[in-house]
Order: sequence, then structure tokens, then C-alpha cells
Amino acid sequence: MGKYIGESVLRKEDPRMVTGEAKYLDDIKIPGMLYAVVKRSDYAHAKIKNIDTSEATKMPGVLGVWTGKDFEDVNPMPCAWQAGGITNNANTPRVLEIDKVTFTGQGIAVVVAEDRNLAEDACSKINVEYEELPVVVSAEDAIKPGAPQLHENAPNNICMEWECGNEDGTDKALSNSDVVVKEQLVNQRLIPNSMEPRGAIAEYKSATEEFTVWLTSQAPHVHRLLATAFVFGIPETKMRVIAPHVGGGFGCKIFLYPEYCLVIALAKKIGRPIKWMETRSENFQATTHGRDHSTQIQVGASNDGTITSLKVNTVANLGGTLSTIAPGIPTTLYGRLLSGTYKFPNIYCGVKGVYTNTGMVDAYRGAGRPEATYVVERALDLVANKLGMDVVDVRKKNFIQKDQFPYTPADGITKGLEYDSGDYEKPLNKALEMFNYTQFREEQKKSRSEGKYLGVGFSTYIEACGVAPSAWVGVGGEGWGAGLWESANIRVHLTGKVVVTTGSSPHGQGTETTMAQIAADELGLPFDDVDVQYNDTLGTPFGYGTYGSRSAAVGGTAVFNAVQKVKQKALRIGAHMLEASADDVVYEDGKVSVKGSPDQAKTIQEIAGAAALGYSLPEGDEPFLDETAYFDPPNTTWPFGTHICVVEIEEETGSVKVKKYLAVDDVGNVVNPMVVDGQIHGGIAQGVAQALWESGEYNESGELMSGSLIDYAIPRTDCLPNLELDRTVTPSPTNPLGVKGVGETGTIASTPAVVNAVIDALAPFGVTNLNMPLTSQKIWNVIQKKGG
Amino acid sequence: MKISMKVNGVDYENDIEPRTLLVQYLRETLDLTGTNIGCDTSQCGACTIHVNGEAVKSCTMLAVQADGATITTIEGLANDGELHPVQKAFCENHGLQCGYCTPGMIMASVDMLKNNPNPTEEEIRHGLEGNFCRCTGYHNIVKSVKAAAVSMKGGA
Repeated sequence: MGKYIGESVLRKEDPRMVTGEAKYLDDIKIPGMLYAVVKRSDYAHAKIKNIDTSEATKMPGVLGVWTGKDFEDVNPMPCAWQAGGITNNANTPRVLEIDKVTFTGQGIAVVVAEDRNLAEDACSKINVEYEELPVVVSAEDAIKPGAPQLHENAPNNICMEWECGNEDGTDKALSNSDVVVKEQLVNQRLIPNSMEPRGAIAEYKSATEEFTVWLTSQAPHVHRLLATAFVFGIPETKMRVIAPHVGGGFGCKIFLYPEYCLVIALAKKIGRPIKWMETRSENFQATTHGRDHSTQIQVGASNDGTITSLKVNTVANLGGTLSTIAPGIPTTLYGRLLSGTYKFPNIYCGVKGVYTNTGMVDAYRGAGRPEATYVVERALDLVANKLGMDVVDVRKKNFIQKDQFPYTPADGITKGLEYDSGDYEKPLNKALEMFNYTQFREEQKKSRSEGKYLGVGFSTYIEACGVAPSAWVGVGGEGWGAGLWESANIRVHLTGKVVVTTGSSPHGQGTETTMAQIAADELGLPFDDVDVQYNDTLGTPFGYGTYGSRSAAVGGTAVFNAVQKVKQKALRIGAHMLEASADDVVYEDGKVSVKGSPDQAKTIQEIAGAAALGYSLPEGDEPFLDETAYFDPPNTTWPFGTHICVVEIEEETGSVKVKKYLAVDDVGNVVNPMVVDGQIHGGIAQGVAQALWESGEYNESGELMSGSLIDYAIPRTDCLPNLELDRTVTPSPTNPLGVKGVGETGTIASTPAVVNAVIDALAPFGVTNLNMPLTSQKIWNVIQKKGG
Repeated sequence: MKISMKVNGVDYENDIEPRTLLVQYLRETLDLTGTNIGCDTSQCGACTIHVNGEAVKSCTMLAVQADGATITTIEGLANDGELHPVQKAFCENHGLQCGYCTPGMIMASVDMLKNNPNPTEEEIRHGLEGNFCRCTGYHNIVKSVKAAAVSMKGGA
């Protein structure tokens, strides 16, 4: 640990955000800018017979109204991650749909006007004639014979069928098990709801044929690549993409959306800059959703609690069309995580990815891993319940032991990737100690006799962060259409001040601070002398962006590696300045000194100055300290830990109160404890919300019933308890920082802990499973039915 | 319609469309973009400002309703470059991540502390239930407000 790494250094980002100086997309105004408003489909499944734009076109301030037919020359959005090793019947959206819509809220026309209100006024005057088609919203219904068919190339609405593990072996093990528990687990649809909705601004310069595009983006380089090379067929160099301050993403701002490309096309068509900013209501309909799995599990165990087999069959709802990386989520990021922290000897997972008349489903915080963790952690409780064993004992019995690392899960489910490092009992024991489990069980017994229903739930999870290596996820057969390394450039200016540029694209994670901590420590410079720049394709090296908890483990390591290159050069120049041999000098605390003679030293500032002037350099060395590194990890990282949730259920109303929430996470080495804890807090809130409140609900005609913040229950301040956090530290051997990643941990771990707690509380009513969200209505009904 | 109001100590007079929301007026006419818009149903509180000293969601008011009012937005909270104790407390306690809800959250907190300078955790959570944050799980927001309450008392 250095001077800054491991310290809760306050964030560089904050002063501009607490004063209102931070510029988010909608804060940007460009001279001459026009506003676009998208007319969206009122039906979930319909043919577009006619779009009458005549009235709208005549409205005041309107520059024009366009429909899908005006953009027939623009390619559909690409699907950049198709499930690996199989056929994907891919259907992706166009900038505006032309003949047919497959979900409510798809864009079918656009108005461009002098201001937003005028554009909205005109949009309401567009008259669309539809021919309604039968609708299917549930993935299980969509694959039944006779279901409405969405796409000609996808018979029975099946986009893809994927599997991993060993089905025969798992079936055999199940039939030889002392007990087998079967259950249907539903991982309901969630709507990400970053506080800033999506938006785009595009400007086109005809003389140079260049676009400048501002996007609410988690990955500006990827957005540029996909838009130029796949949608418009223009050189990547003709477009600059800038992600200004981005108000949260949680996955939903990774993707290339139709509206982004629509404003790019319009900017060229009209020759003036154009802004499009979605409303929250549009965000609910047209921004990607997450989860939406229906899963049959069969878990076999011996009478002593040893789990012998886990068989999982999942139907994943992908929506009406495919978003950018949709098929990769319920496959690679799901099936390959199904061993959890346990040495299950037999595993099989089969997945059907299905089209339905609902909004597109893609990565949402955790992306596949929360769904897998939910299956595994619920399975453990189901087995414990069946055998009358304690849920902690069953976990300990099945844990992979600390001397088994690196560990390869059974049946090739990780396709060659090994769990890097772990000690799963350590956080569990620490959490049990903090919690006082034995005392709780006594209290629970006592409170039940008094008509109070307390429950405790555990989640002793694993997750995968910084998904890599490129060759594994790409050509290795996982279907990812690119690499997954990350980049960093370090320049030490003449003044000794440092600029780090990164291909990561933070939008709330504090990476500007944590990367500065890494660079400052490694260079031996003050934290304030390091500036981190990002989120603009002009001036940053190509990078894949911020998602999948990858910015510390992959992006941070790229920073670390770039600094090592700078230090190598500084050593040569320092030695030259000290008239010593390069072998005789060392780099320590921001100085190059002669071994054994610390007084004979040059500071990094002096060396940077000499390098920048270039008057006298070692033979063969170029001026300036400027180095770039690209880090492609040899493995993903595998964080783990224990979450414990205590709930109390009110019998009269069925309402659940989270009384206590405790998390002991092991995310490897920690760069900034304050930032890491903040990520865990936020993740837990989203995971608890899935368990108890949030659900993206469509009615039978494909209308989104939870289509606003009135109907969709994201947690408020008074919904959550104070969160108690602690950690254990098991460094990752896959990167020199020993970090694992933390952005999604809380969300991945927490949901099953809460559900397990509620089921535990309802044990006196004979309840063994309930599907989320566990609303008071659902619980009240169960209590009434079971007689209490 | 002609309206006039004092915003962050400056007098403004503008001719606006009657349907203009107060938040639109601040953001689009006065270019005070620190106040953010997070929803279209008055749920999220990102646009919270002070109208005549009271916290108000500026998407729930027409600009014409604020004619003659004295308004403070997040841009007007710091005093001569010195951050308000609540702004400082949010920085020192990691009370923000993406920062989008933060201006509204801070303005709501300032108003709450004015009415209740020594709130309990429960009162803080209740007092801020009209402001949504998707990043922090509210944990460090509550901590920030508690810290601000302490520091404001210290300074008084």
C-alpha cells in the first residue's frame, strides 16, 4: 500500500457536482441547435399502414417530420454480442421502424423544431394508422405453439438456444441423489432508471464531413465504432464522441440506441446541430430493461447436505428486438456463474433467449450474475429447508475450500476460466460474528411466539468482474464481437504535472479519483498533481468503457502499467542526469537515486523537465515522458463475500421491513475504501429493491403498466436501513494491483439475501418459495391462505 | 408573458410563454443548468430549489407562478466561493456518485435543516423521501446531512 492507495481520498469529481457546475448532456447548448422529439408506437405489435405527418409539418417552428422510410439507407443497429457457439436469429432496431413495431414505445417518426415544446406539440399531431397484431409479453408464452410470431427468421420466437455443463451427468446425479428439490424461480424484469435519462446531440460539418456527437454514454469509443463502422459505413475518424457528465448508467448507457443514430443522421440531413433528450416516461419504454428470467431448477443433495447436482433451465425474455449485447447476458454472464462459491460436482444450464412484445432487455447492474446468484443462493436455502438443516451449515458444507484455488468449476461451465483466489468461510465467519447468529435464532423463536415474524437470509455469493480475457470472450467462443482490454496513457508534463487519459468512461464511480491515486502513488507525486481525463474519443486512447465492474481491475491496471513504462524511462533519463549506469539507479518516492546513495537523486519533476526540454537525453531515448499501456487481463476476477439480511413481516399488512443489513465483501485490494463502500451501498439498494419493490410489468396488450416513477417503485430514503459493511481482503493474482472490482457486487449479492430472509420469516406459514417482488400484497395473500 | 424574479441575488425580467415551467425558465432562459430534470411526474426531486426560502420541486410550478419571487438554486448556495456546509458535507462524506440528484438533494437538505437543525436519522430519511438517488443507497446522503447538521451548529 502506498500513500494514497488504500486511503479514503476525497473525490476530485465532487466540487463541480455539488455546485451545479457539472455539465450533463441536457445542459449543453450549441448555437443554432434544434430539438428532436420521437413519435413512439402506441401498440406493442402492429403493422404500420400509414403515417400522416402533414398536420405536424405545418405546425409553428417545425423544420421537418421524418419517418422510417426516410432512413432506409441507414443500417439497423448491430448486435455486438451474440451468444457464443450457436446460431442467433438476430433482429435489431432501426433508427425508426418502417413497416412493423414489436413493442410499445419503438420510434416510428421524428419531429425537428426550433424548441422542445414546439417539437412536442407537432409530435402530437402525427397520425398513425396501425394494423394491430396479436401480442405476447411473457417469454414462456411466446415459445408455446400457436403464439404470435414476431420475426420471420426466429421460429417460435426463439432468438437462440444455449447451454453449458453436462446434462447427462447432471441428470444421472439428480436421479442418484437422496433428495431433489424442484422449483420455479422468477427473476422479474427491472427498469434501470439512472437518474439522468438518455440523450444525444449531433453536429455535422459538411466541409470536412465530420460529426461531433455528445451522448449519455458509458462507452464513447464503442459507440463511435458501432455507429460509424456498422450503422453509417463512414470512417471512424470522421466522428468524435463525447460523453459529458453522465448521470448514472447501471448498464443502460452502454448500448447503441436508435435515437443516438437518428440524431446523427438528422444533423447531416438538416445541417444544424440537433438535441434529443428523452423524458422519464420515454426512458421507461425505450431504454433497455434488465433480468426477466423464468427458471426451472432441480437441485440434488445427499442427506448430509452435500449438493450433488444443479440443473437449470431458463427462458430469458430479450424483448421485441435485440439490444447491443443482449444475448451475452443470459448466457456467458449467467450460466458460467452457476457454481457459485460451491463445489457442485454436476451442473447443467440450458437457456432459451426469446423475443416478446416488450422493451429490449440487456445488461442492468450485475447483468446475468445477479440472476445466477439468485438461483444458486435460493437453491442452497431450498436444500437446507428440505433437509431441515441450518442454512449456514449447508453453505459451509459445500464451500470450495481455500486450499483449492485456483479452482475450476465442474463440467467446464466456466469454459476454462479458473476462480482466481478466495477464502469463502472468512467473510461468512466475520459476518456471523458481527451479527450474533445464535442469539438471533433464539430471538426469532421467541418473537414468533409473540406473533412477530422475523427472518434472516444469507447470500454467500461469488461474482465475476472485469470480464476478460479478450481472446476468451471473443474468438474463444463466447461470441463477444470485440476485445475487452483497457487502455491508459500517462504524460508527465514539463512542470511535473501529470495527465492520465483512460479508455474507461466513468459516470459516478469516482474513477477520476481512484486512477489518480494509483498514478500518484506509483510515481511518488502529490495526488493533486495528477489529472485524469476521459469520456471523449478525442484525446483518449481507444477503450471499451465502464461496465462489468472493470474500471479498477482492467482500466486501473492499464494506468498502473503505463506508469511502470514512464518509470522505466525516468530511470534511464535520471541515470543519465546523475551520470550513473541505468542498472545502478532506483526509483523511490518520486525520485531516481543512485543505489546506496539516496542523496544523489533527481526528482521526477526534474526528470520530466529534462525529458520535456530534450537538451540532453540518453542515447536512443526520445524526449518527453509519455507512455501508453493496454491491459488485457489473463482472467476475470472473482470477488465474493457474505450478505446477511434481517426482515420483520407485519402479519396484518404483509409488509416487509428490512431491520438490519450486513455485508462482508472481499473485493481484493481496495484503492479507496470510501468509494468502494459507496459502490456497495448503492448496489445493495438496487438489489433489495428487486427483492421487495421493483418490477417492470406489461399487461396482456403489451402496455407498460409500470411506466413512470409513480408506478415503478425505486427505493426512497425511508425504505432502507443503515447498512453495516466490513470486508476481508484476498488479493487477486490476475493484476498487479490485486484488485477485483466492486461496481456490481452489492446488486449481485443482496437480492437472494433479502428473499431468503422473507422466506425464513414466513416459515411458520409453510412457505418455501415466493417470487419477487415480495410486495405486502403478495405476502398478505400468502399469510391469509395459509391461515396464519 | 412578462415576469420578474430575483434568482441567486440577481434581478431578472423576461418575456416567456405562459406554459413555461419554472425549471425550464431557470435552465433554458437563465442558463442555470445546475438544477436537473429527472422525471416528468414530480417524483424524483432532482429539480428542487428554494422559492422564497422554501424547498420546491421546480417542475411543479409554472414560471409565471414564481413572478416576483426570490429564488435560490444550487448555483447560488455557495457564498463567495465558500461552499455551504451541506455542500461541503456531501463532498466529505461521499454523499454523491453520479451527481445528478445532488443539487436537488442538497437544496432539500438545506431546507430540512433550516426547519429542523438537529434531525434524527429517521427524520432525515423521512425529510428526504421526495428526492430519489439511484447511486448511493442513501446511506452516505444521510451521513452527509448528519455531518452538516453538526458542522452548522458548530459554526453558529
